Amino acid sequence: MSSTFLGMPATPPRSPYGTGNLRGDRTFPEAAHDELRNEQLRRNLGRATHTIRAKRLNVTGELPDWEELRDAGSALKTDTMNRLPELLEQLERKVTERGGTVHWARDGVEANEIVTRLVKATGSSEVIKVKSMATQEIGLNEHLESVGITPCETDLAELIVQLAHDKPSHILVPAIHRNRDEIRQIFLKEIPGIDPGLDNVPAHLAAAARAYLRDKFMTTKVAISGANFGIAETGTLCVVESEGNGRMCLTLPDTLITVMGIEKVLPRYQDLEVFLQLLPRSSTGERMNPYTSMWTGVTPDDGPQDFHLVLLDNGRTAALADRIGREALNCIRCSACLNVCPVYERAGGHAYGSTYPGPIGAVLTPQLAGMHAAKDDPNSSLPYASSLCGACFDACPVKIDIPSLLVELRHQHTEESGTTVEKLAMKAAAGVMKRPKLYTAAQKGAAIGRVMAGRDGKISHLPPPFDGWSDSRDIAAPPKQTFRSWLASAEGAATMRAAANEHEKNQKNQKKEEEK
Amino acid sequence: MTAARETVLGRIRDALVLAPTQDTTVRRAYRTGRSLPDDERLALFTDRLVDYKAQVHTCTADRTAQVVAEVLRERGAQRIGVPAGLDAAWLGAYDGEVQQDSADIAAPRLDALDGVVTASAVGCAETGTIFLDGSPDQGRRALSLVPDLHVCVVDLSTVEAGVPEAVARLVPERPTTLISGPSATSDIELERVEGVHGPRTLAVVIRTDV
Repeated sequence: MSSTFLGMPATPPRSPYGTGNLRGDRTFPEAAHDELRNEQLRRNLGRATHTIRAKRLNVTGELPDWEELRDAGSALKTDTMNRLPELLEQLERKVTERGGTVHWARDGVEANEIVTRLVKATGSSEVIKVKSMATQEIGLNEHLESVGITPCETDLAELIVQLAHDKPSHILVPAIHRNRDEIRQIFLKEIPGIDPGLDNVPAHLAAAARAYLRDKFMTTKVAISGANFGIAETGTLCVVESEGNGRMCLTLPDTLITVMGIEKVLPRYQDLEVFLQLLPRSSTGERMNPYTSMWTGVTPDDGPQDFHLVLLDNGRTAALADRIGREALNCIRCSACLNVCPVYERAGGHAYGSTYPGPIGAVLTPQLAGMHAAKDDPNSSLPYASSLCGACFDACPVKIDIPSLLVELRHQHTEESGTTVEKLAMKAAAGVMKRPKLYTAAQKGAAIGRVMAGRDGKISHLPPPFDGWSDSRDIAAPPKQTFRSWLASAEGAATMRAAANEHEKNQKNQKKEEEK
Repeated sequence: MTAARETVLGRIRDALVLAPTQDTTVRRAYRTGRSLPDDERLALFTDRLVDYKAQVHTCTADRTAQVVAEVLRERGAQRIGVPAGLDAAWLGAYDGEVQQDSADIAAPRLDALDGVVTASAVGCAETGTIFLDGSPDQGRRALSLVPDLHVCVVDLSTVEAGVPEAVARLVPERPTTLISGPSATSDIELERVEGVHGPRTLAVVIRTDV
């Protein structure tokens, strides 16, 4: 047994630094700066996010009990986190009773090793994959390739990303940054034996993917999936999808390995009645997604006869140990917050550097992988990748208060980052403001700002240490005169006198009215 | 392996001590236990199925065989698969070849079929969803997945108004597939395209008097 109930509880570790796909190689502003120059990307993203927004509003608006469903979804997730140990043990027991095998992974490295061992035991050197955020997060594909196992993504968007040697940029639609012409080019270049006459009609592109993957579905012996939900009460796992590639992977191979984050467990089978309404309507803006598969362990003569469930921590327990931050674990990966976010819409998913982009990514990524201030960690820039407009909170089907989580992370980052030049400057400013004479002198000095600003009256580059502020916004030039010097001038005195006379006159009139 | 298990469970318990939990009550104030008259459920179910590009045929039980045969003929299906427990009378008017399914038939042989005919367990009107649960008249999951045409017979009495009512009728331990229209993708510019890996045609035969 662990030392859980003996002595002090220990803070759980984050996902190990340098593993998986939870950290970019540069900060958000640096990455976003480049992405913003890509006009094609911005056009693709703008078009796609606006389409999906309208669809989502239509189908959420048609349910009179949408808010009650959100409340129930939120409460169910909070209840789940409160009872996580017992629910996971119950899930493990039920899956085992039904012929499945449950594995536990402390982090992504361990999960990758478990999956590799299981695949090797089958003798197969190839696996087919259902789109899964958890396996993307831990870099499973990269790991499998390094040990000579070929992973084949079967979701259309994941396939596009894989064929283009690219990275996903959206939770739901990983190839959202590509338009139909680019996808056609990728297919023509990468799919062996493809019809060179292929055009850019989406239906024809989808048909090309169908033909390419058909043989893989029929012959590959091992599949790897994620899970949208795992039901503790019954041991049932649930995968929500559209194309049928999920059904293929979950049904045809001999062996199925499912990698699931520990936060994906739900207490009761009945709870699906809430999430099967919240998820599709928030995600693709459909009343229901085309296909949902639910299975419990192994069913004789139907589907894979060898089933493994890998339960993944990888920083989730660290998030759980944060009273405010744990709310990020309630996320059901619908991506509604990405689609409504003005920052995501312009910067795109790659700028976040993590498997989880957008507003939820900006809170979830630092929760799982941490913000190592001393190492100039790109993740510590993520909580600032937001204007705190709150659109994400309104769209979230489980009511995660993302803006508040972002502010809390900013606070934590500032607390942890110790003495910085910016902090010293703030201290100096406080000292100056306490002494009126010094303050007046300092304000006169601000007139220099007018020289820095061009004809448009904007300052686009402040000197260090304030350059961080002006990196992402223009500053208005200081006015010619400070308020205090204006007030002391003849013009100021005259204006104040006139205002006082006006006020006196109004009061007299009011009195007369009352007397009448 | 057990070391990892104890470590992860220990971390969760530690986390819940470090950041104490907030009491919560799950209130299910959303709509449950709804019932709608037959004609309204039929209208809603049909509307939603058509919206997602499924083909809908309505008939009474005594005309099942004729309607199934017409649908198969229309789609040019000459060889079809059926689950072992399907009512043989449903194929009484079909003159093509019928392959009764069994677990030893490999997936490529299912791929050679023109279509499949199955029954269904439950339906949901509000979302246009059909639930298959692997019962003998629905067969194993591969059968209703690999062929390109799925003709699914749904009895109106099994169609519930909303999702909570439909989920309540399911048997959790059965392998369950929810189908809402034919296979589709929105992966290219978020534009919905019907027909990727699952059956590209879904024909639903609703029997109004069963």
